[in-house]
Amino acid sequence: MLTESELIAQAKQGDFEAFETLVTRHERRLYRLVVQLVHKAEDAEDIIQTAFLNALEHLGGFREESSFGTWLTRIATHEALKVLRRRNGWVQLPAEEGTEVEDGDIPHPEYIADWRENPAEMYEQRLLRVILDEAIQQLPDSHRLVFVLRDVEGFSIEETAQVLSISPANVKVRLLRARLALREKLTTVFGDETRRHQRTPDHGGDSETVTKAARLLEHYQAQINQRGGA
Amino acid sequence: MKCEELLAMLNDYVDGQIDPGVCEAFESHLEGCNPCQVVVDTIRKTITLYKDEAVYELPFSFRTRLHQNLRERWKQKWNN
Repeated sequence: MLTESELIAQAKQGDFEAFETLVTRHERRLYRLVVQLVHKAEDAEDIIQTAFLNALEHLGGFREESSFGTWLTRIATHEALKVLRRRNGWVQLPAEEGTEVEDGDIPHPEYIADWRENPAEMYEQRLLRVILDEAIQQLPDSHRLVFVLRDVEGFSIEETAQVLSISPANVKVRLLRARLALREKLTTVFGDETRRHQRTPDHGGDSETVTKAARLLEHYQAQINQRGGA
Repeated sequence: MKCEELLAMLNDYVDGQIDPGVCEAFESHLEGCNPCQVVVDTIRKTITLYKDEAVYELPFSFRTRLHQNLRERWKQKWNN
């Protein structure tokens, strides 16, 4: 099997088969990543196509300073960001954002309770998917990007920073905020109310904003019904 | 170590990238603080859950279309 470098060299000479092999090696991973970022299959398909077309156009300029996978991820992530920004009515690109570490205190965990059982065994797959999707969609885009790249796709802190053109320190802060926010949201659903820690000076406790798990589940179930079981 | 400080070290601990000296202080705090134990544990479960449930398959019809479009663009690029 040819190495990535060999395939790149051949593709740069005009060999489509070599380029196609590179696409095949990365397309499934990129698709999974982009779907998680934009959460709409049709948007994900457009983004993936644009990203590979961009890669095709600019392959000659790719100097292998990063791996081909990181380079592609960077292109696809930027395309995904454009779509997200269009949706949100923003125009700024991440490279233009300040690279200083985000200010503000890290939010303290509010709802602290062991989870009842393994959610993957407790809920049917579709319901679990809706719960996870809704929680991650509520994160700010910049936090969701970091969480998906680092924790789901397994990029290192440095690689994530490289892909997003931000500093590793910034990746760490966003990652911590994302992890805490997701933990908080999922605990409102999966947390065992009977084993919940009450408020102490150091820890949160009975927050009035916390909705009962049963009501949340009803809400998720209703969403599935609305989608007509799709 | 206080709960507040533990929060700041949480990422490094969960990722196994914590300094050994700090790790000892972290773990001795955890032994005496059940809420912090639960937070660490549920953070880990959160990450695992997202990782395990990330199963999105590239649709076959899209893949076929993608490769066709790439092939066409490639021809345009190299024949000019």
